[in-house]
Amino acid sequence: MLRTGTSAITGLVVGFYAPKNNGFFATMLAESLGNVFVPNAFLRVAPDNTVTVVSKHADAGQGIYTGLATIIAEELDADWSQVRVEPAPADRDLYKNLQFGGQGTGGSNSIVNSYEQYRRAGATARAMLVSAAADRWKVPSGEITVEKGVVRHAASGRQASFGKLAQAAASVPVPAQVTLKDPKNFTLIGAEHLPRLDSRDKTTGKAVFAIDVSLPELAIALVARPPLFGATVKTFDAAKTKAVPSVLDVVQISTGVAVIAKSFQAAQQGRTALRIEWDESKAEKRGTPEFLTEYRSLLGQPGAVARRDGDCAQAMARAARTLTATFEFPYLACAPMEPLSAVVRLSPNQCDIWTGDWDVSGVQDDAARITGLSTQQVHIHTLYGGGSFGRRGNGALEAIEVAKAIDGRFPVKLFWTRQDDMWGGQYRPMYLHKLDAALDEQGNLIAWQHRIVGQSILGKDPNWILDGIDVTSVAGASNIPYDIPNILVDLHSPVLGVQIERWRSVGNSHNAFAVETFMDDVAHAAGRDPYQFRRALLMKDPRDKPMKLVAPDRMKPSLFAKFPRDRRVLELATEKSGWGTPLPPGKGRGLAVHYSFRSSVAQVAEVTVGGDGAVKVDRVVCAVDCGVAINPDVIRAQMEGGIAFGLSAILHGAITLKDGKVEQSNFNDYRVLRMNEMPRVEVHIVGSLEPPTGIGESVVPPIGPAVSNAIFAATGKRVRTLPLSSNTPGGLY
Amino acid sequence: MSISLKLNNRTVKLDVPPDLPLLWAIREAAGLTGTKYGCGIAQCGACTVLLDGKPIRSCVTPVNSIAGKSVTTIEGASGVTARAVQSAWEKLDVVQCGYCQSGQIMSAIALLEQKPRPSDLDIDKAMSGNICRCGTYMRIRAAIHEAARIKEELNHAER
Repeated sequence: MLRTGTSAITGLVVGFYAPKNNGFFATMLAESLGNVFVPNAFLRVAPDNTVTVVSKHADAGQGIYTGLATIIAEELDADWSQVRVEPAPADRDLYKNLQFGGQGTGGSNSIVNSYEQYRRAGATARAMLVSAAADRWKVPSGEITVEKGVVRHAASGRQASFGKLAQAAASVPVPAQVTLKDPKNFTLIGAEHLPRLDSRDKTTGKAVFAIDVSLPELAIALVARPPLFGATVKTFDAAKTKAVPSVLDVVQISTGVAVIAKSFQAAQQGRTALRIEWDESKAEKRGTPEFLTEYRSLLGQPGAVARRDGDCAQAMARAARTLTATFEFPYLACAPMEPLSAVVRLSPNQCDIWTGDWDVSGVQDDAARITGLSTQQVHIHTLYGGGSFGRRGNGALEAIEVAKAIDGRFPVKLFWTRQDDMWGGQYRPMYLHKLDAALDEQGNLIAWQHRIVGQSILGKDPNWILDGIDVTSVAGASNIPYDIPNILVDLHSPVLGVQIERWRSVGNSHNAFAVETFMDDVAHAAGRDPYQFRRALLMKDPRDKPMKLVAPDRMKPSLFAKFPRDRRVLELATEKSGWGTPLPPGKGRGLAVHYSFRSSVAQVAEVTVGGDGAVKVDRVVCAVDCGVAINPDVIRAQMEGGIAFGLSAILHGAITLKDGKVEQSNFNDYRVLRMNEMPRVEVHIVGSLEPPTGIGESVVPPIGPAVSNAIFAATGKRVRTLPLSSNTPGGLY
Repeated sequence: MSISLKLNNRTVKLDVPPDLPLLWAIREAAGLTGTKYGCGIAQCGACTVLLDGKPIRSCVTPVNSIAGKSVTTIEGASGVTARAVQSAWEKLDVVQCGYCQSGQIMSAIALLEQKPRPSDLDIDKAMSGNICRCGTYMRIRAAIHEAARIKEELNHAER
């Protein structure tokens, strides 16, 4: 704890824990002596009038740097042109995710957990600048205004920039309390288009990703990993590898054998020359056909109950009509454009890591454990991540192991080739679903049964597994908001050797597809318009209904959208889409609404189905309620991009295995959406001043079912096996 | 062996194996990291550079096949078209993670050099070799149209 020293420094850090370790905060404090105003760990104001915001979250494209900077600039009343941003160092006391405990980025909660914290940081700095001006001008603080980076006393006509007041503000005591703005007075938050802070660097090639880091003597490492999940190294012969010019060393690490060389090409040649005998005794040797057989059998057996309202069996027995459908979802790769990469420099007293990983505390802990250093000796330099979508959690692990194995003789950059990445697991699991519904004589939906079969992502973590339910497996299925008297959702979590991870929107990615596609079937069976049918089931707040839903207590407040957000976005999307107006033959319109990551999103897709069965998505109208929109243009970008990401999976995405081996290897056989397939996306954001909710993931779930329902509207054919291209080469037929 | 090529208007001699893909010569030997590795098999376009003005995938182009030719990377992008494309990209905030964008921009520059007023179909044809996993395609399309407009303005102003 750093609460001593000169009065100036003491004043600056009150209320904030000083870091135990690193040079960063010390540097900031040193700078503060040099006239830089450092009111807290989240920003500083320099005499040159720049405001530098420190982002505790990693930016892999979602725009969080711009978002957090906007929040501080708003409460500070800064001018946007003076705002800069930089990543925080590893320090979980200062920069922890307030919902995770550790320092990390994920779960679409970056803005959610930082909103008030960053507002306070900005408001505190503003109060101290005002106080400094009041002292200097000998006027009451209450008469001072701040606008666009200028502190002003109207009566005396005096004014000063932040930069001019920085030195004086540094010695003002930190106020114990600050008043935050009334959101209706926001000028930067909610501004239609505030330029992104990373656009210039990413448009000129200057942005640095971990794969770009250059250091003296930097070596390149590639890892030979087992051909089957669960296989391990039995023995290896590196003689031929070591004969490759420019190969520096070959070391065994926990995941395989690493070849370290002076260049990528040499590392690649060295890796090819390796002779490794793998121990496959514990490896997963089954493939997709075997998994399908097992999963199909489980679909016929009751699983662990995730939600039970009323008595489905009894309702089914007295139904006028019942429907049933099964769905099959493949494994999916995250496939971010920058493959995993990290640079590690290890010395006897310090480990420096350059990475775009989101799990900063995890990387720091791993590095400390592997190197034997203290966490304080592990310095993490967070860089831009070249996409993540769930993949870039802790990609530095192998690089740390290699650095340790070579005793830090030279710094190491370890990265994965595209093929390494495609074969490397961390997939969205494969799932099978079976749904059953019952309608009464009047066409009312009286029972809904949903069975899910698929691996548990969170495994045995007791924080997330309750009564045999992995909450991520049933997210968006057990908490459907529809007003149905009898609901039963159950789950099988078979244990397989395939490595899985949280893929953008996690369980919602498959559950929303099954729920919203089947809901369309039910609406048609009831002879009702799919929009009107859903809307009628969203007239009551689901929280008012007695239900038995398995979920950890801490998740319960956010299991359902604030009423009536779901219905409101559904109404908005259908209204803006021209729902109900005629379309030419061969075209169809479909809708879906889904709540996840605390936000409600509805989408209406328009598709054209060609005579050959090829599906073209022409237009998507998207409505979102995410509370106050910090950066509307960034939200629009996330909606556009999330729709593209979802479409990649719906149209093309599948990782399949044969005898335990992954059959895809690169973008030629793991196809993703390209320019010519991109629909026109129109985004409508519900006006709101309520606290902000998640964006990055909540956009993905509705696009699949919206497209599937549009295909049904166009052709009368139902898609229940993904991707579309697996049905036939033409797409649908 | 030493290979001589014109990189961003400067003659450089690189001491690299003759079969080394140009991408690694640019990134590792010349130290210009704006050009990215994405797939290694000419499927994603992240490594796109201009060879005598034409877009190529540097990850599958051996350096010895282009000796003496002129290579332009994102760091060397200059001239009216490049300025128009980069300012349109910034104006519309096209980027998200940004990793693919150097390649996207180089492809867009090459397109606009050939077709000052490209249609949507022209854009589909020229840009479908460049993958963006963040899905910035809609803004890329809009930015190319905007760049065409800006380029005309710049040309007009300089006349």
